[in-house]
Amino acid sequence: MLRYTLLRLLGAIPTLLLVVVLAFLMVHAAPGGPFDEERVLPPEVAAKIEAAYHLDEPLLQQLGRYMSGLLRGDLGPSFRYRDHTVAELIGIGFPLSLRIGLLAIVLALLVGISSGTVAALRQGSMLDRVIMSFAMTGISIPVFVVAPVLVLLLAVKLQWLPAGWSGETGAAKYILPVITLALPQIAYIARLSRASMIDVLGQDFIRTARAQGLGTKAIIRVHALKPAMLPVLSYMGPAIAAILTGSVVVEEVFGIPGLGQYFVRGALNRDYTLVLGIVIFYATLIIALNLIVDILYGVIDPRVGNQ
Amino acid sequence: MKKSGGILLFVLVLAIVGPWLSPHEYQSTNFDAILNSPSFAGMHLFGTDDLGRDLFVRTMLGIRVTLLIAIVASLVSLLIGVTYGAVAGYVGGRVDAVMMRFVDTLYALPFIFFVILLMVAFERNFLLIFVAIGAINWLDMARIVRGQTISLRERDFVDAARLSGVSTANIIFRHIAPNLLGIVVVYVTLTIPQAILVESFLSFLGLGIQEPQTSLGSLVDGGVNQMEGASWMLLVPAALLALILMCFNFLGDALRDFFDARQAP
Repeated sequence: MLRYTLLRLLGAIPTLLLVVVLAFLMVHAAPGGPFDEERVLPPEVAAKIEAAYHLDEPLLQQLGRYMSGLLRGDLGPSFRYRDHTVAELIGIGFPLSLRIGLLAIVLALLVGISSGTVAALRQGSMLDRVIMSFAMTGISIPVFVVAPVLVLLLAVKLQWLPAGWSGETGAAKYILPVITLALPQIAYIARLSRASMIDVLGQDFIRTARAQGLGTKAIIRVHALKPAMLPVLSYMGPAIAAILTGSVVVEEVFGIPGLGQYFVRGALNRDYTLVLGIVIFYATLIIALNLIVDILYGVIDPRVGNQ
Repeated sequence: MKKSGGILLFVLVLAIVGPWLSPHEYQSTNFDAILNSPSFAGMHLFGTDDLGRDLFVRTMLGIRVTLLIAIVASLVSLLIGVTYGAVAGYVGGRVDAVMMRFVDTLYALPFIFFVILLMVAFERNFLLIFVAIGAINWLDMARIVRGQTISLRERDFVDAARLSGVSTANIIFRHIAPNLLGIVVVYVTLTIPQAILVESFLSFLGLGIQEPQTSLGSLVDGGVNQMEGASWMLLVPAALLALILMCFNFLGDALRDFFDARQAP
């Protein structure tokens, strides 16, 4: 088990390196500098600015400087938000995104697993078909379509929920963003848990438990749920990545001042360091969470750790 | 499956023929007809936008652009994925192990953010969008093609080709690749909706197609800005986008079940 964990940890290092180098080179291969604006700067001023941001050094030296900064948690200054560093901006934006993302994941797991299990138990029934059609719809319709349509329907037309973020108090403002973010994941998890629950329920140990007179509820809770949830667990990595991507859209539509919005603003304003920093931050987060999921998988399913 | 295919075909024909039948141009503005709701009166079947442009023609153009990008991007991913997977599967051994380890590494990356980075760093143009979207979708294709190639490699006709002195590259491209066709077609059908998603996601954020050109994603984006007064600007492109995505997903699922029952979920 320990060996397995260590191996996974070591395996994550080249991935991280690849992320940093790739992202860094992509930004620096860009034609034109970050300070090319409509107004042409006098050459001596431009040279001063370049020197201040170390843009006049050779590329490798810049990469080395950036990486050694990274190790100390320093992502450099933002090119557009002049009085903030990138790390500060992430510190401002991320807690809010994290809160919404966590709520969405919890909601997706609760609703997805329970509806998938119910569908599996009533396989072929009307209820099963209804749940599965909803799931297929949920997978097909992207977040940036669901979000504005829900706002239009529930906030603008029916006025049940607040449409925006700023100026709202209380928990009601969380409802629409969290639901929007969770919907595709609910759909995916429902499909996954239905398929694997059907698979598990067909196995011998379930038949044995049933033969010993155990009720359906107890069978599900004690015997079936754990093995059936393994595929859902391994889907958590992609799910988290999808929620991060979705949060960019959701924050844009609802006007939530989270990290996703900084990212989009940074991208539109060509704030290279900010975008680079957020990409590296997101990638590290996703790699770390994938690692945790992998290790958890090894803990829950002993067959994996021993390979 | 037939229904999804039929709907897709209808949408495609409409997108190609539609703009010719309308008296309006996609880029011409008309400040006497701003934010008109859908009506037959001015032949604005889907209404007009905040610049008075006809939304029917713009939506049809958007479908064309979206589908074009998605199909070309899928072909790019097909080219990379098939080549990569077939080489890894056919050569095997350590080369295969390293190549697939690389794919595993790439799986862990949040690609969409790299595409955005790419869009920020370089001038946005059609070609770059194609390549960027294609470059993120080839991983599944590479894995599937590799698996298939490994089973093909042991077959007699490959041995026969090798014995008669055909070069490795020729075996891969002339003898193995054609036998991958069925499975590749299925996965292209499933790659297209993913490419559509990425393209419309980018356009929605304002990082994709530039005005006056348009795609379904940027039409939805425009609709969001006007949704309180002009809900048709949001609902029409949103519904069409959802319809197209659903049809591709259903079609791909059905094709997968048909061609390769083993891998069906």
